[in-house]
Amino acid sequence: MKLYDYVLSGNCYKIRLLAAFLKLDYQTEPVDFYPGKQHKNEEFLTINPLGQLPVLRDGDLVIRDAQAILLYLANKYDSERSWWPANNALRVGEVAMWLSFADQITSTASAARLHDMLGYELDVDAARSGANTLFRVLEDHLTDREFDGDDWIAGDCPTIADIACFPYTALCGDGGISLQPFPAIQRWVRRFTALPGFVAMPGINCIK
Amino acid sequence: MAMDPFTWSHWYAIGRLEDVPEGGTRKTRLLGIDIVAHRSSGEVTVERVEDHAPLAVQERYGHVWTTFSDEPKPLYDMPEFDEDGRRLVTAGCVTVRCSGLRAVENFLDMAHFPFVHTGILGEEDHAEVEQYCVEMRADVNEVWATKCRFYQPKAAATAEGGQMTHYKYRVPHPFSTILYKTCPIREGAWDLVGLFIQPRDEDLCDVHSFVLVFDEENTDTGLLHFQQTIFLQDRMILENQVPALLPLDPRRELPTRADASSIAYRRWLKENGQSFGVLAEEAVG
Repeated sequence: MKLYDYVLSGNCYKIRLLAAFLKLDYQTEPVDFYPGKQHKNEEFLTINPLGQLPVLRDGDLVIRDAQAILLYLANKYDSERSWWPANNALRVGEVAMWLSFADQITSTASAARLHDMLGYELDVDAARSGANTLFRVLEDHLTDREFDGDDWIAGDCPTIADIACFPYTALCGDGGISLQPFPAIQRWVRRFTALPGFVAMPGINCIK
Repeated sequence: MAMDPFTWSHWYAIGRLEDVPEGGTRKTRLLGIDIVAHRSSGEVTVERVEDHAPLAVQERYGHVWTTFSDEPKPLYDMPEFDEDGRRLVTAGCVTVRCSGLRAVENFLDMAHFPFVHTGILGEEDHAEVEQYCVEMRADVNEVWATKCRFYQPKAAATAEGGQMTHYKYRVPHPFSTILYKTCPIREGAWDLVGLFIQPRDEDLCDVHSFVLVFDEENTDTGLLHFQQTIFLQDRMILENQVPALLPLDPRRELPTRADASSIAYRRWLKENGQSFGVLAEEAVG
């Protein structure tokens, strides 16, 4: 199994996280996303015509999109069915809803990070304000979950919804967004970094 | 703005050669002044945005350099760039919300390796910084730290397992620093890693970095990922340092023996009259 990977990409990090939690053996193919924009060159476009990372190759299967890869890996390799609770329709609905939410975190918090860190030209105020609106929704949700005695986004154990929402939330400081107003999110981030098998990436504060 | 003649007198990298392609334009900012670079018929020109005043340009060390000075200090020499068999990887520019001087000082510091670059440049069981030598080389007006030794689990992209790595650090410019480290695959040779910092404002900088190594094993992208991993671990620390500007008053912070290079760097900045990116002097104690 091979992951087309960029070390600073939160979307690639989602796959590295699930692979670590499931103890999967895989290789990485480093892609020069920045500064080389290799993901937009002709050769890479034959692998993913959208010119985006990550991409996973497993045998003959080539699969793109972080959330899709999480679904594939959890369904194929998690024998305990905990990361994607396929046997529970209610949970499936909840996890799927937050997978889609994670994509919105990418288009806001990740955009602010690309602007502040790598000089991408975009409307950073709109990106930050969009991220803050989403974080308020996540904060309220996690607070409710804590009242119910649960630590995770859906159900009583971590799922791919937590993995999908984690990277760009934990990395938001890179884009000039503070988690200070979101104490429940901060507690969830600390719980996540303490999971057995957790791996870090640059920009994630793992101080216990 | 706290401008001083020492800061003004230098050349600054403002992008990789590839960042200013034929027909392309790169808008950026240097020392609080907006500038724009452009390449046509192979030649790079740089001008100030406000009044279109043309600036001097040179292409060297994989980057485009410019200066506001009419009589700039010559750009420091790195003869290793002319050696056969070395590979140059330029890592692109990364913006950091701190004084560029903070980024140089952090680069000189070995004590943070086990805690910030855990498992790569250091590990917590081997956190000791052994005594090293610091010298001011008056003939070239540079600061050097030599005879540095540090145990590293993975000193470079080519390193297999831990090793005692030997380091030399060089500061030839207030906003540049170069590390010479034992090459894991070539006896007696030094690999170079360096930062060319472009101070956008006093508390905001673009960091251009490079590696110049003997390496027959890794792809350029592999070397790039290694370098970016290390620097982005540093970026988080740099953005959390308070104050964002560098204090030069020796009474402001309590140094330890491991900080000898930092003390020398701060003293050198002070002797050269550096004020850009420096915390304004205040009465302490």
